[in-house]
Amino acid sequence: MAYDKFTILKSSAVPLPIENVDTDQIIPARFLKATKREGFGDNLFRDWRYNGDDTPKQDFVLNNPIYSGKILVGGRNFGSGSSREHAAWAIYDYGFRCVVSSFFADIFKGNSLNIGILPVQVSPEFLNKIFEAIEADPNAQLEVNLQEQKITILATGESESFDINGYKKHNLMNGFDDIDYLQAMKGNIKEFEAERIF
Amino acid sequence: MSNQASTLFDKVWDAHVVRKIEDGPDVFFIDRHFIHEVTSPVAFLGLETRGIGVMYPERTFATADHNTPTINQHLPVADPLSANQLKALEANAAKYGISHWGLGHARNGIVHVVGPENGITLPGMTIVCGDSHTSTHGAFGAIAFGIGTSEVEMVLSSQCIMQPKPKKMRVNVNGQLGKGVTPKDVTLYIISKLTTAGATGYFVEYAGDVFENMSMEGRMTVCNMSIEMGARGGMIAPDETTFAYINGREQAPKGEKWDKALAYWKTLKTDEGAVFDKEYNFDAADIEPMITYGTNPGMGQGITRAIPTSDQVEGGKATYDKSLNYMGFHENENMLGKKIDYVFIGSCTNGRIEDFRAFASIVKGRKKADNVTAWIVPGSHIVEAQIKEEGILDILTDAGFELRQPGCSACLAMNDDKIPAGKYAVSTSNRNFEGRQGPGARTLLASPLVAAAAAVTGVVTDPRTLL
Repeated sequence: MAYDKFTILKSSAVPLPIENVDTDQIIPARFLKATKREGFGDNLFRDWRYNGDDTPKQDFVLNNPIYSGKILVGGRNFGSGSSREHAAWAIYDYGFRCVVSSFFADIFKGNSLNIGILPVQVSPEFLNKIFEAIEADPNAQLEVNLQEQKITILATGESESFDINGYKKHNLMNGFDDIDYLQAMKGNIKEFEAERIF
Repeated sequence: MSNQASTLFDKVWDAHVVRKIEDGPDVFFIDRHFIHEVTSPVAFLGLETRGIGVMYPERTFATADHNTPTINQHLPVADPLSANQLKALEANAAKYGISHWGLGHARNGIVHVVGPENGITLPGMTIVCGDSHTSTHGAFGAIAFGIGTSEVEMVLSSQCIMQPKPKKMRVNVNGQLGKGVTPKDVTLYIISKLTTAGATGYFVEYAGDVFENMSMEGRMTVCNMSIEMGARGGMIAPDETTFAYINGREQAPKGEKWDKALAYWKTLKTDEGAVFDKEYNFDAADIEPMITYGTNPGMGQGITRAIPTSDQVEGGKATYDKSLNYMGFHENENMLGKKIDYVFIGSCTNGRIEDFRAFASIVKGRKKADNVTAWIVPGSHIVEAQIKEEGILDILTDAGFELRQPGCSACLAMNDDKIPAGKYAVSTSNRNFEGRQGPGARTLLASPLVAAAAAVTGVVTDPRTLL
């Protein structure tokens, strides 16, 4: 599925300073019953965001109008648990294009990259600086520059570089995906398959 | 070095790399692909949108499990959304020529139970599924891991995914396991030591005499939970136990093919002197029957212990307090004696015949506690049949329990098997996340023995006192 190209993202951010945010929290299993990829943003963080009677929980950050933006900032070990890509879909559908944390679970990170969300892993110290900047000013702007692999807190000018492999970076900057790549090498795959024992 | 020692993981991984991309992932060939109704429909839609097909339909196997009812499976599925997903899986399988064991099929069941029990899962293979517990199949010396739906589409259309090679970790457990200590306790113990993110970025090999002496069912339980410490997967070198399990299974190689396969499988072990990026050693004697008290699988401990204080655990106090608050627990409280409302035995972690044998060993001659609702859910129809043949059903019935029909059930509560808000469930499944077993449900992960002890006493009970 096509996604928006990622180059430079300048935005305020939504803080979620909780560790081990698992994909069951990002989107509970009972909302995985669709056969199309649409509407998942409505159920993003469903049980943290709404009470049992569907009224919003006022103390949850997504229900607090002073926070908004295209960047979600989470605590350590973000996206652990289930492999459901629906978690990344829900984050994308809600309007986020970038998730910042000091540590990501593997499958979530891969799923994000595959659908056009940039996971930015920063040091625990820099993560704290981001949380502090947002606490001081909920509208604090962050700049994520994929070409330069750099994230900056614009108010203070503090920045940190982040890792991403060259292949994925190229894909994100151009809106390409892995299926395009794999389709182009089907000849090699056929030769490889013919040699398999099983 | 010309003759470098390599690991089991390296041997299997390197044999499946179609192309190495510089500063990028490997193009990684997949031997077996399992699909189910929840994470596949959007992948099939993607194929349609792009106008491409399934490259090797004979390498993909479909079963319905996540979203299926566990009673009255002969009736139409009541929830229209669930019914729609099951219909989509059936239609997609038919359209592309993929073998499909849908609801009601004699070989239907949880994907990670049916793959091995039908001989589809074999040593040395690469196996993926849009489900993180695909790591289960690593018990056979396969590289098996969960993938997202974009990757499901990649496998369908090209039989490959783009995957950076993980780092290597070995976890050695040696010694003699004590009475009442099961494979589930071994894995919950390892996860409690490594924490829920301790193996992120790694692929794990489990080694040592505890795993060598373990049944295939037990090895599957251990490998299944690898993802719960962040590892993409875990594997155990195949041995005589593995070969004996596979031999004669429906889709296992036969005759000359078997001999050829066996010769290859015997080479699948880590060479002496091979190097791991990280290695842990544990003593079997230190492992007690385990139970979790918090909201991730790393928050577990020996069942006789008191709940730790926030300064004794990793992670921030805010996260820890949130977790205990959700559970309705307090620091320093004992787990033993806590009242239980539900017991769930089943799932891809503990839904195999050995698990029901263990459960029955405690239940036999006792009665279900009045305050407990128990859901006993076999992992497949084949397991269900074994439960009946071995007389386990009679033991369960005499004790006041009922057997349900196969499926993922209350492990993720996508169907109607939801633990009500605020209720406590001792569960043999794999995740105790907030709301995992239903909104507001409180999950205590444990072995089938601990589940049985809770089911007959109505409280958290040390199973060793009942054995």
